[in-house]
Amino acid sequence: MLHGLISSRRVVSHWHCLQQCRNVASITTVKSGALDDVISAFRSICGEDYVSLSDAVREQHGKDESMHRCRPPNVVVFPHCVEEVSALAKLCYSHNLPIIPFGTGTGLEGGVGAVKGGVCFSLRNMDQVLDLHQEDFDVTVEPGVTRKALNAYLRETGLWFPVDPGADASLCGMAATSASGTNAVRYGTMRENVLNLEVVMADGTVIHTAGKGRRPRKTSAGYNLTNLFVGSEGTLGIITKTTLRLYGVPEAMVSAVCSFPSVQAAVDSTVQILQAGVPIARIEFLDDVMIDACNRFSSLSYPVTPTLFLEFHGSEKSLEEQVSTTEEITQSNGGADFKWATDTEERNRLWKARHDAWYAALALQPGCKAYATDVCVPLSRLPQIIVETKEDLIQNKLTGPIAGHVGDGNFHCLVVLDPNDQEEQHRVHLFTERLARRALAMDGTCTGEHGVGLGKRALLCEEMGPMAIQVMQGLKDTLDPKNLMNPGKILLPAEL
Amino acid sequence: MSGRVLVGVKRVIDYAVKIRVKPDNSSVVTDGVKHSMNPFCEIAVEEAVKLKEKKLIKEVVAVSCGPQQAQETIRTALAMGADRGIHVQVAGKDYESMGPLQVSKIMAALAKKEDAQLVILGKQAIDDDCNQTGQMTAALLDWPQGTFASEVALEGDKIKVVREIDGGLETIRINTPAVITADLRLNTPRYATLPNIMKAKKKKIANMKPEDLGVDLTSRLEVLRVDEPPQREAGVKVETVEDLVGKLKDAGRV
Repeated sequence: MLHGLISSRRVVSHWHCLQQCRNVASITTVKSGALDDVISAFRSICGEDYVSLSDAVREQHGKDESMHRCRPPNVVVFPHCVEEVSALAKLCYSHNLPIIPFGTGTGLEGGVGAVKGGVCFSLRNMDQVLDLHQEDFDVTVEPGVTRKALNAYLRETGLWFPVDPGADASLCGMAATSASGTNAVRYGTMRENVLNLEVVMADGTVIHTAGKGRRPRKTSAGYNLTNLFVGSEGTLGIITKTTLRLYGVPEAMVSAVCSFPSVQAAVDSTVQILQAGVPIARIEFLDDVMIDACNRFSSLSYPVTPTLFLEFHGSEKSLEEQVSTTEEITQSNGGADFKWATDTEERNRLWKARHDAWYAALALQPGCKAYATDVCVPLSRLPQIIVETKEDLIQNKLTGPIAGHVGDGNFHCLVVLDPNDQEEQHRVHLFTERLARRALAMDGTCTGEHGVGLGKRALLCEEMGPMAIQVMQGLKDTLDPKNLMNPGKILLPAEL
Repeated sequence: MSGRVLVGVKRVIDYAVKIRVKPDNSSVVTDGVKHSMNPFCEIAVEEAVKLKEKKLIKEVVAVSCGPQQAQETIRTALAMGADRGIHVQVAGKDYESMGPLQVSKIMAALAKKEDAQLVILGKQAIDDDCNQTGQMTAALLDWPQGTFASEVALEGDKIKVVREIDGGLETIRINTPAVITADLRLNTPRYATLPNIMKAKKKKIANMKPEDLGVDLTSRLEVLRVDEPPQREAGVKVETVEDLVGKLKDAGRV
């Protein structure tokens, strides 16, 4: 952790925050000899072929899609059902082995790294879609079901699950990280769309956060355990089933693109569109650097200026009204080149720039990797934070095209960097910390969608303040007294 | 021209399901397994509905041969935009032994009965991979065929079809009436929306039996045995090229 640029006031409040954390029995990194008896017990639970000690499998399960280095577990197990998960967890509990749940490994904050070794529970063999209730708009899925697989399963029912983070992620993994997507402005994030969870605790106990099999569309029954586990990133329990809220597939869709003279104009339009009551489905912002990258990558010719990509869902009639209201608003804010399309192929062509944004950013410097920042601020502060961030990038000679879910005040700076250039990596790290603190100073959050994982634990302390962190630590100590569940994530250890 | 298009839709095990062979090796397990419309049939329905939306044809009739559950597949076609359905009831042993020859006889009879201008089918079903029904139907009707279509354009009383072939793309022009089979890149099928699913419940599905069409379902094929592909065995690592050559010689490969 770099204290260099942190003001002394922040150091002191950070220290206070740590002092408030209760002392948790620390788990020393697992020694390989300790595992031998346990391995054969694992094999008798899930089968000979479903326990792996091979280097390749362990490495696969020690990293995700972030830039955090691989931290492989000691062993990977592949259970088939919740009974096996529970039995394996009981064993881990009695042997004090860390447990790391693994879905698709598509996280962006290093959440699956086994910092203290231990047992990775790869849940991909639990891949059934259970209990679809079409008339009730709900479905229950196991951790091996990804969002695209669920929507393919649902394709003949007229229903879909709209939360769409970039990766084809496990739905239970999306619940664990409280994921979001490009249409949160209309359909919400995982927090709003998980009705119930089946969770295996560190000691093997199985609970249902809203009661077994229950799926009312709303409830006021007891503590909201469901949303306690949503976003817990595997630190409180292993999610083995999630019951999701489904929506009707839109009757028709229209996509549109519009260029603006400034970031302020684009954000003002966004606010006014929402205020006008347009039930806009997607409203994505690309800054001039991003548009330039997209033009080059996809051979397009959009004006190189802040741009909004919009998508509308609804019946044919309501779409006409939505589009015309939106066009008026954009024009009144200096928007130009308002183009829209209804045909599938045309819509895909219009949105191609947005879809290829990640690759376009990488193509700016071939051979480089990119790191996506993830802050979220109240809408009214968005122009200021984007302008300040762009100045910061220029001053520090960094390339960081910006793409954002502007309807939520959330944007990603895709900072392009050379993985072999230590000095550049250091500059990027400092930049991301400044950006996070800028967002916190504007009543926002350091992570809108990606979670805390390994890299944002200190920022979480600043964001929440010591009292809230103390409550979080208290919950963690109660639900996982041995600190076996994905140690080293979300909360900083007391001994730091 | 009647402006009527017949589309064949087959109910198959869903593409995402892991197939298991029955312990007696007679066939695959179908009980309790998710079924859906064959993906190439979805593409065929989408193409027919697109032609109707462009006002190039007047009516889309979805046809399926099978037991009671085939009606679900017809309903999906209706929800995608087909106007009415025909369910040719085939069940039990007849259904188990039904193959492209029997289905093509049914499709040919229906094409004549309904005075169809065009028959569009998926190029093959994902369960048997036969890739024969379209071709046999055209032969029985003595109609031209545009198979493996990745593009279809109606030009008056002719049809231009771009076909996907090994060497690339082949463009042909055929007379109507004709049979077309849909390949993967012909279009992207629409998802059925809830309002359309509700409307589809009111559309008509006619029931009939193969005998009503004068079709004999007797099969000339008998399935002897169904086996899973052999289990993949672990590879062996060797230290040197000499070891590799030695092992290849031992295995009689060199």
